[in-house]
Amino acid sequence: MSAPPTTTYRECCKQAIRAALIADPRVFLMGEDVGRYGGCYAVSKGLLDEFGPERIRDTPLSESAFVGAGIGAAIAGMRPIVEIMTVNFSLLALDQILNNAATIPHMSGGQFAIPLVIRMATGGGRQLAAQHSHSLEGWYAHIPGLKILAPATLEDARYMLAPALLDPNPVLVFEHVVLYNMEGVLDPKVSSVDIEKAAIRRAGRDVTFVTYGASLFKTLEAAEVLAREGIEAEVIDLRVLRPLDEATILASVRRTRRCVIVDEGWRSGSLAAEIGMRIAEQAFYELDAPLRRVCSAEVPMPYAGHLEQAALPNRERILATVRALLRPGS
Amino acid sequence: MSAKVRLDRERAVALLRQMIRIRRFEAKCVELYQAQKIRGYLHLYDGEEAVSVGVVAVLRPEDWLVATYREHGQALARGIPMRALMAEMLGKLEGTCRGRGGSMHIFDARNRFLGGNAIVGGGLPLAVGTALADKMAGRPALTCCFFGEGAVDEGEFHECLNLAALWRLPVLFVCENNLYSMGTPLAIAEAETDIAKKARCYRMVSEAVDGMDVVAVEAAAACAVERIRAGEGPVFLECRTYRFRAHSMFDAQLYRSKEEIEAWRERDPIDRFARWMAEVGLLHPNERAAIEVEVDREVEDATAFAEAGTLEPVEELERFVLMDEVPQEQLLAPAGATP
Ligand SMILES: Cc1ncc(C[n+]2csc(CCOP(=O)(O)OP(=O)(O)O)c2C)c(N)n1
Repeated sequence: MSAPPTTTYRECCKQAIRAALIADPRVFLMGEDVGRYGGCYAVSKGLLDEFGPERIRDTPLSESAFVGAGIGAAIAGMRPIVEIMTVNFSLLALDQILNNAATIPHMSGGQFAIPLVIRMATGGGRQLAAQHSHSLEGWYAHIPGLKILAPATLEDARYMLAPALLDPNPVLVFEHVVLYNMEGVLDPKVSSVDIEKAAIRRAGRDVTFVTYGASLFKTLEAAEVLAREGIEAEVIDLRVLRPLDEATILASVRRTRRCVIVDEGWRSGSLAAEIGMRIAEQAFYELDAPLRRVCSAEVPMPYAGHLEQAALPNRERILATVRALLRPGS
Repeated sequence: MSAKVRLDRERAVALLRQMIRIRRFEAKCVELYQAQKIRGYLHLYDGEEAVSVGVVAVLRPEDWLVATYREHGQALARGIPMRALMAEMLGKLEGTCRGRGGSMHIFDARNRFLGGNAIVGGGLPLAVGTALADKMAGRPALTCCFFGEGAVDEGEFHECLNLAALWRLPVLFVCENNLYSMGTPLAIAEAETDIAKKARCYRMVSEAVDGMDVVAVEAAAACAVERIRAGEGPVFLECRTYRFRAHSMFDAQLYRSKEEIEAWRERDPIDRFARWMAEVGLLHPNERAAIEVEVDREVEDATAFAEAGTLEPVEELERFVLMDEVPQEQLLAPAGATP
């Protein structure tokens, strides 16, 4: 038997969209350069030829208009997948996302649901400088009325879209830019995933890491280093940033009694702050050590590679944080 | 008074009655506001009634309607029951949105009424979207989108006119140009103040019409929807109108003179239409007074209904933040819609 073929995160995203287009005639993809160009990260390459310009819709550079149009189309019976090139540009559509998509179902007294998916790339690490390197999914996770997904693995990239499209609520999917080229073998045993639960990507007894997105892999690497030192870290991949799967986080922290949160967002007012506070509220007396976090430095992301790497969470900072926690004073 | 459309008596009386309903409903709202039963912002449509009455008259049940925070006129003209509307004003469970939206956020799925949007320009993208969905699904419906001339300053205006024209979407854009965006006159906000002309730059049919003349508005709207339904893409209608009262309940009106307001009041859309109807024999003597008595009865009934209404239980505060399913009424074609 031949080895299963390798694939990429990018290809998984594409196959997810393709499967959705085949499965449901109400689904269409709309965004800047999704058609002729093939997507700014080449996710939708080839889909225009297969599905035509009605369902693979190139839009003008009008984030507010086409995101709002996605909301209106979802209300009127379609199942749009709106692609915003990157989270940085989503700010031009923030009004539509917050004041309409997240608000209308509640404000209308439950008369309108908005079954819409908005995908966008997020994060830094590719030397694109401050205006192209934001990691703002934590901001979006602040907003009631939205569901926020952060697929990190190939399986999640491939299978999260289907339940997101079935969900009657606006779902934002954040794909980390450094993951698109990630290669691997798609687990043949997996043919669907949920969009509710966090996943324990590595089991351990000594400390819990809570992370998501591209930081997952830095954290897993750190966990391997720690294992060689006799420290067994548990690594939780949040997968869903809103609503948070508190149960999985708390159960793990209650076992390990220590927690480090790794979040590429800025520290102040971050998702990491929220998770830390929830642990403090609900598991404070079960902790053996203070909560810690590794976040991005509070600076606009610099272009120069060494500065960018210093600003982002990295393996060394994660290791230093855990070591200080486990061997205070060392 | 324009006589482009032939109005039979029944239709003319219906238009007049609808404008009177809006005027009297809002007069009651002012009373209730002063009694502190209506709170928050209250934006009156006083003076602009001919715009929504004329336009909404040509819509069909399956058409979508997107409006602004100054939307009592559109809501009543669209057929949203006055009782539910008044209950919403009072924040009652029996209101259109269970009292969650208030004056600025009237929604009614059954009447394809998609807000009630209090972000200037925020409704235009939604209108592009509902029109896109109808077009993609091959449904004959159109979307009618109301906004003030203040929205012309916003990026959404330009993004959405472009997108609707580019994709030839069935949207009727209706700009209610009442000359002021809060206290800012058009001339100090826009380098080109001819709004209908701006719309033409996006390659759509665009017309300016006297928004104080319900017959002219209806005639223009009728032509517009005919084009849209024939698949010609979006049409733009600038309705030149005036609000007789303050922007909202907090406005000293320092930016305009009493004389200016009085001059516009001479063109009151209701008085003017009633006068014309009487002249051409469409309105019997005392008929207007009789309509007003009937309408006042409706307003009193709606007010009593709203006052007797209940409050949504606080336990339901978080209900519908996330939806469990897409509601049936959102999916079903409204009653009377052509399949
Ligand atoms: C995006 C945005 N900016 C500012 C405001 C505050 N605001 C409310 S109404 C208004 C004036 C809008 O004028 P116009 O569009 O002409 O409508 P009108 O009130 O005259 O009906 C402003 C500035 C707002 N609601 N939304």
